[in-house]
Amino acid sequence: MIAEAGLAALWLAAALALLQLVLVVFGLAGRKEELLGAVRPVAVSQGLLTLLAFLSLILLFLRSDMSVMLVVTNSHSMKPWLYKFAGTWGNHEGSMLLWVTVMGAAGSAVALFERALGRSTHMATLGAQAAISLGFYAFLLFSSNPFARIDPPAADGQGLNPLLQDPGLAFHPPTLYLGYVGLSVAFSFALGALLTRQVDAAFARAMRPWVLAAWVMLTLGITAGSYWAYYELGWGGWWFWDPVENASLMPWLAATALLHSVTVLATRDALRAWTVMLAVIAFSMSMVGTFLVRSGILTSVHAFAVDPERGTFILALLAIYIGGAFALFGWRIGAVREGAPFELVSRETMLVVNNLLLSVILGLVLIGTLYPLLTEAFGHKVSVGAPYFDRMAGPIALVLMIAMAAGPLTRWRRDRFRAVAGRLLIPAAVALVTLALVVALAWGRIGVLPLAGLVIAVAVAVGSVAPLWKRNLRRTPLFTWGMVIAHLGCAVSLGGMASDSAFTVEKLAAARPGDTIETAGWALRFTRIMPIAGDNWTALQADMTASRDGGGAVELHPQSRFFASPPTTTTEAALLTRWNGQLYVVLGQETGDGRWQVRVWWKPFVTFIWLGGIMIALGGALALVGRERRGWLMKWRARAAA
Amino acid sequence: MKAKHQRLILALAALAALIGAGLLAASALKDEAAYFYAPADVKAKGVEPGKAIRLGGMVVKGSLRRAADGVTIHFDVTDGKARVPAIFSGIAPDLFREGSGVVAEGAFDTKGTFVATNLLAKHDERYMPRELEGMQYDEKTHQMKAGQ
Repeated sequence: MIAEAGLAALWLAAALALLQLVLVVFGLAGRKEELLGAVRPVAVSQGLLTLLAFLSLILLFLRSDMSVMLVVTNSHSMKPWLYKFAGTWGNHEGSMLLWVTVMGAAGSAVALFERALGRSTHMATLGAQAAISLGFYAFLLFSSNPFARIDPPAADGQGLNPLLQDPGLAFHPPTLYLGYVGLSVAFSFALGALLTRQVDAAFARAMRPWVLAAWVMLTLGITAGSYWAYYELGWGGWWFWDPVENASLMPWLAATALLHSVTVLATRDALRAWTVMLAVIAFSMSMVGTFLVRSGILTSVHAFAVDPERGTFILALLAIYIGGAFALFGWRIGAVREGAPFELVSRETMLVVNNLLLSVILGLVLIGTLYPLLTEAFGHKVSVGAPYFDRMAGPIALVLMIAMAAGPLTRWRRDRFRAVAGRLLIPAAVALVTLALVVALAWGRIGVLPLAGLVIAVAVAVGSVAPLWKRNLRRTPLFTWGMVIAHLGCAVSLGGMASDSAFTVEKLAAARPGDTIETAGWALRFTRIMPIAGDNWTALQADMTASRDGGGAVELHPQSRFFASPPTTTTEAALLTRWNGQLYVVLGQETGDGRWQVRVWWKPFVTFIWLGGIMIALGGALALVGRERRGWLMKWRARAAA
Repeated sequence: MKAKHQRLILALAALAALIGAGLLAASALKDEAAYFYAPADVKAKGVEPGKAIRLGGMVVKGSLRRAADGVTIHFDVTDGKARVPAIFSGIAPDLFREGSGVVAEGAFDTKGTFVATNLLAKHDERYMPRELEGMQYDEKTHQMKAGQ
C-alpha cells in the first residue's frame, strides 16, 4: 500500500508540475490573473506530494519491505536502522527521488517566501522550475521507478554497499543535493527574468539569498564528502579528483562565481548578462554532474549504476535544458540593457577577475573530467588524475586567493592603484616573513606549490580580516562579517591543504603484537589483535596505544571489517586528532609470518581543510541572515503595528 | 565610448584567459593523462620508463610473493597474451588476490618491472574497474579470456 501511495503521489506531483507550467504560460501570455493566482498553491502542493513520496520510500526502507525491488537490492533486515534510513538515498532510484523532492521543496519555497521579485518574473520563475521538474519526474517515473514491486517478495535483501554504511551517508548526500538542486532556483530565476526582460539590481537582490542558501549547502556537502572519503576509504587522501567529486566541485565553482557577480549586479547594477549566464551555467553543471554520476559512464571509485538507457535519458534532458536555456539567453540577451560602467581599478574589476579565474578553473576541471570520454571515442582508454588537476588548477587557485585578499580592500566604482597597493602592504610583508621562515625551516623538504600555498594562505588570512581594520566591530554589518569569515575560511583551508601535502609523514610497516612503530615523534605500540563483532559485521581489531615524545598514551583501534551481505571487507582507519594535526592508522593484511601490515600517517594541520570549509559555509550563512534580517525586522514591525 | 572601450578590454582579457587555459590544458593532458595498457599492449608498443600509466589484467596464479619487509609484494599481471611483472608497496585492497582482476596505477622502471603506486581491485559484482568489464580468468589454463 505504501509503495502504491508513494508512486501515486509522484504521478500526481508530475501532473501538478505540468499544470503549473500550463497555468504560467497561459496566464502570462493572456494576462489572465485568475490563472496566475493558482500557480503558488499548485507549486506548494507539488512540493508536498514529492515529500510524501519520499517519506513513503523511507518508510518502506525502515520497515524492510522485501516486496519492493529497491529495498531488496539495497537493504537488509539486519542492518542498523540508521543505514536503513540513510540507505533510502544510497542507491540510484532513491537518490533521484531525493533530487526531485529537493526540487519540489525549492519550488514550494520560492512560491511561499519570495516577495522581492516582480509579479510576472516570479510567475515565470515558477513556470521554469516546473519545466525542469517535469523532465526529472519523467526520468524517475519512466526509467527509475523506486516503488517497483517484485512478486513473490524476497526472503531478505542484498544489503547496502558497506562503504556506504557510515553515518556520513545520512548527512552528505542530502546536504549536497540541497546545494546541487537548490541551484535550480537560480536557473529558474534567470530564465524567468530573461522571459520578462527584468534583469536589474532588484532582480539580483531577490536572487541572492537563494544562491547563497544553495551555495552554503553545497559547501557543507562537499566538505562533509571530503572528510568522509578521507576516513572511510583509508587511503589518507582527502580529495581524489574522482569524476564524482569533480561533479560536485564544478557547480560549486560556478555558484561561487555567481555569488560574487550577483553581488556586483545587486550593488552596482553591472554584469547583467554575465550574471544571468552564470546562473544558467551553475545548474547546468549540477545536471552534467548528475549525468556523469548516474550514467556510470566514467570510471570512478563511486561507479554506481551502469545503465546506458538511463545515461541516454539524462543526456537528452541535459541537451534540452542546457540547450534551451542558452537559446533563450541568445534570443533575449539583446533586450537586456547595458549595466552601469565602472573604472578599471575598482571592486567591480576585482570581482570580474574572481569570476574569470573561477571560470577558467571550472573549464579546466570540466575538460579534465570529460577528456577520458573523448579519447574513448577514439579507442584509447585514459584516466586523468591528480597530476593534471593539481598542475592546472593549483596555480590558478593560488592567483585567485591573492585576488580574494585584494578584492575587499578595493573600493566600488573607482579606486587608485597606489591606494590599493598600500592597503596590501601588511599582508605582503607577512607573506615575505612567512616565506623566509618556511624556507629557513623546511628548504629542500617542500615542493614549490605547497610552499606557495602556505605563504599565500598566511598572507590571505591577514588580508581577509583587513576589511575589519579600524572599524567599529559592533556596528559592522553581519554580511561583512560573513564575507570576512568565508574568506578567512578559504585561507585556513588552503593552509591545511598545503601543510598536509608538504609535511605529511607516512610510514608503512609490518609489525607483530608487542612491536612499537615510531614515526614523526609518535610511538605507536601494537598491543594485540582480536576479533570483534558489530550489528551486521565482524572485524579484526588491532589494539594500539599512541604516545608522543613520552607523553600520555591514547588508545587506537584500527579495524578490518567483514560484511556478510554483500560480502565485502572494508578498512576502518583509526584517527587521533590533536590541535596541530591528525594521526591516521590503517590496519592491513596479515603477512603470513604473524606480522600485520600497518600504515601510519602523521598529517600536520590536516583538519584545517575541513575547518576552513565549515568557516566558508558559516560565512555564507551569516551573509544570508545579515541581508535578510533587515527585511524580516521591517516586516515584523509592520505586522506588530497593524 | 569609455564604457565600450572597457567592455572590449574585459572581453579580450576573458578571451585570452580562456584560450590560454585551453592550450595549457591540452598540453597538460598530453603529459599527464594516464593511458590504459593491457600487458599485450605493453609488449607490442612499449612504454617508456617513468611514464604514468594504468596497467590492467588478472593477477597470475602462483605469481604473488611477499617480500621479507612484509609490505612489498611482487606479482605478474596477464591478459592471456602477455605477462608483466609488477611490484607494490603498501596495503593492497582486500579483494586483491591471485586470479582476480586488478588495475594498477604507476610506471615502469628501467628493468621493465611495473612499480604500482595504487591498486584498484574488483570490489564486488557491482564495483568493477570498467577496463576489466567482461574479462574472465580461466582456472585451468591460467589464461584470461575476453567476455562477451
